[in-house]
Amino acid sequence: MRPLKFLRRSEGRADPAPSRWAYRVERLWLRPRFRKLVKFGVPIVIVAGTVGGYFANAERREDVSLALSDLRASIEARPEFAVNLMAIDGAAPELAGEIRDVLPLRFPVSSFDLDLEEMRKTVLELDAVAEAALRIRPGGVLALDIRERIPAVVWKHDGRYDLLDESGAFVATLEARGGAAALPLIAGKGAQDVTPEALDLVEAAEPLGARFLGLVRMGERRWDVILDRDQRILLPATSPVRALERAIALSEAQDMLSRDIAGLDLRNPKRPTLRLSHAALAAYHEIRLTGVPTE
Amino acid sequence: MIELYETQRAMRAMRQAAMQRGVIAILDIGTSKIGCLVLRFDGVPEIPEADGIGSLAGQAGFRVIGAATTKSRGVRFGEIDAMQETERAIRTAVQAAQKMAGLRVDHVIACLSGAEPRSYGLEGRVDVDGAQVSEQDVARVLAACDLPDIGPGREVLHAQPINFALDHRSGLSDPRGQIGQTLATDMHMLTVDGAAVQNLAYCIKRCDLELAGIASAAYVSGTSALVEDEQELGAACIDLGGGTTGVSIFIKKHMIFADTVRMGGDHVTSDISMGLSVPNATAERIKTFYGGVVATGMDDREMIEIGGETGDWERDRRSVSRAELIGIIRPRVEEILEEVRVRLDAAGFDHLPSQQIVLTGGGSQLPGLDGLASRILGHQVRLGRPLRVHGLPQAATGPGFASAVGLCLFAANPQDEWWDFEIPVERYPARSLKRAVKWFKENW
Repeated sequence: MRPLKFLRRSEGRADPAPSRWAYRVERLWLRPRFRKLVKFGVPIVIVAGTVGGYFANAERREDVSLALSDLRASIEARPEFAVNLMAIDGAAPELAGEIRDVLPLRFPVSSFDLDLEEMRKTVLELDAVAEAALRIRPGGVLALDIRERIPAVVWKHDGRYDLLDESGAFVATLEARGGAAALPLIAGKGAQDVTPEALDLVEAAEPLGARFLGLVRMGERRWDVILDRDQRILLPATSPVRALERAIALSEAQDMLSRDIAGLDLRNPKRPTLRLSHAALAAYHEIRLTGVPTE
Repeated sequence: MIELYETQRAMRAMRQAAMQRGVIAILDIGTSKIGCLVLRFDGVPEIPEADGIGSLAGQAGFRVIGAATTKSRGVRFGEIDAMQETERAIRTAVQAAQKMAGLRVDHVIACLSGAEPRSYGLEGRVDVDGAQVSEQDVARVLAACDLPDIGPGREVLHAQPINFALDHRSGLSDPRGQIGQTLATDMHMLTVDGAAVQNLAYCIKRCDLELAGIASAAYVSGTSALVEDEQELGAACIDLGGGTTGVSIFIKKHMIFADTVRMGGDHVTSDISMGLSVPNATAERIKTFYGGVVATGMDDREMIEIGGETGDWERDRRSVSRAELIGIIRPRVEEILEEVRVRLDAAGFDHLPSQQIVLTGGGSQLPGLDGLASRILGHQVRLGRPLRVHGLPQAATGPGFASAVGLCLFAANPQDEWWDFEIPVERYPARSLKRAVKWFKENW
């Protein structure tokens, strides 16, 4: 009879059969879900548990964040990232000084601390600046490329003279009218909003030469052209340039504007109207009554 | 303890569920080796319609993805003798097959080679309800079969209806829907020793596996070793195993008889071991290398070193001639074959139209066996190898794996058994819905 007790060693060769538990473990391991759990779930839990356990302590959290900010600061303080001076291109010296005033920078400064977009917005808030581009050039130079606004007209209002650029944006206030004598003068409320139209009218009024004094915006609706000798051309609200060209053509053909008239009313384009001056009107009546002009 | 007969229906459902999930294992517990194959079912494959591709190509619905064999331990005469040992051997085989498949298997189909199977032919006859044969009529005719006295402690392993007859027409395979008055059936029932089945079931349960089916090894090796024509025309499959020799007779693709001779290759080995006084392992080696059943003049001169492992190498160097070896082997093989002959005669095999005999199993590899078998059993003897199935390793395609391959086929396309049919309405519990439906049908 074979022994009931299993004699592994005395039989010489080891039994090839797996033990009950080895067999069960192998079968468990062949379960796909269990396998996934052990391969992915357990490592994730261990790592998350370790990290979570470490950071459960507030002191350690503080230590780590302190160390991180120290590290960041040490990198920012490196000379490679230092910005030492500011170079402003395309701005007049006064404007450059103004820009330096609005950008309160104390050099040297780390390029990590510069918020270029914010600085650009600050610079753009200056009236005289049309466009601004900021960048940090290699070598620690903060470069500003500025395009200034170029004054195109003088706008007289509320007893002041303001310089406007061609889009009507404010550039600066003139201390005296003489400061910009070459620029055309516009006046009236709302004139700054239609500056491009005013510039077109100024261009169209070129044949008038020195007789042209300026433009007045009437009722925020239409323009009046002011000439010397208190003459005034009232332009319509729509297509004023054409009306002005027409008036100039009339004047050149019949020498109209050089006569003694107070104004030319073109507000109704189908019916241009002349307004005579008081002296002219009196002379007119004289002629009609007597047939002979006085003098 | 499992109630085999009561769980057959559940095991069938379990098999189907396992096939739906795609993996099932088969376990061939033999006396000399335990084999485990892991099958993967992945739908019905595309079979090209062409000449020369028979209906057996439909077996390719599965694929063997794991195979392992190990030396059997604790099994005698195809029955479990030392359960711990057998359990360890099963674990070895299952683990190796699982490892090869890379999958865990939960359901196994096992086969039983011993356990003294006995065949019974049953007959039932009923009058058909209505004009046409319905499923219920089939159920009733199956239920009408008288159960013979199968003896105490025996279990029904297979019960397959093999023939239906309607009035004077016999040989119907499926009588449903046909018009007739009297329906009769012939059923083949195979009973085995209940204790052997219980031991097997318990052993498999101890390995954390679910038993999803159980079949007779003689039957399943017949299904794999006989070709379709032989199964149709009538043939006997003789599975020469280690401890038992299975006999199964097929006709019209149904098994009509199965039996087991409790002798096999291990007895030949022990004869050699006793006759030459060598250890069992040496005897097994000598048998497989030099064995034979027909001695010639040449064999007198061929000397075999048998070396008695006594440690006295100088003096204990014996040798025998091959003729002597054959002289030991042959009487035992003749005895086995004569015993098979007795069983076949008892089954009335000589009345079958075709008397093809197919030898398979590990013992059939003995050279010259077919000549000896044709002298004892009849003239039409051939050596059979199991059907080729997808993915089976080359090492597992020999005749020794006939029952393992047969179990694969058993899993893939099982034969309808008695418990796979409907239950007759009268046998339902009194409050069942089906009974109520039948009552309504009869009264309105």
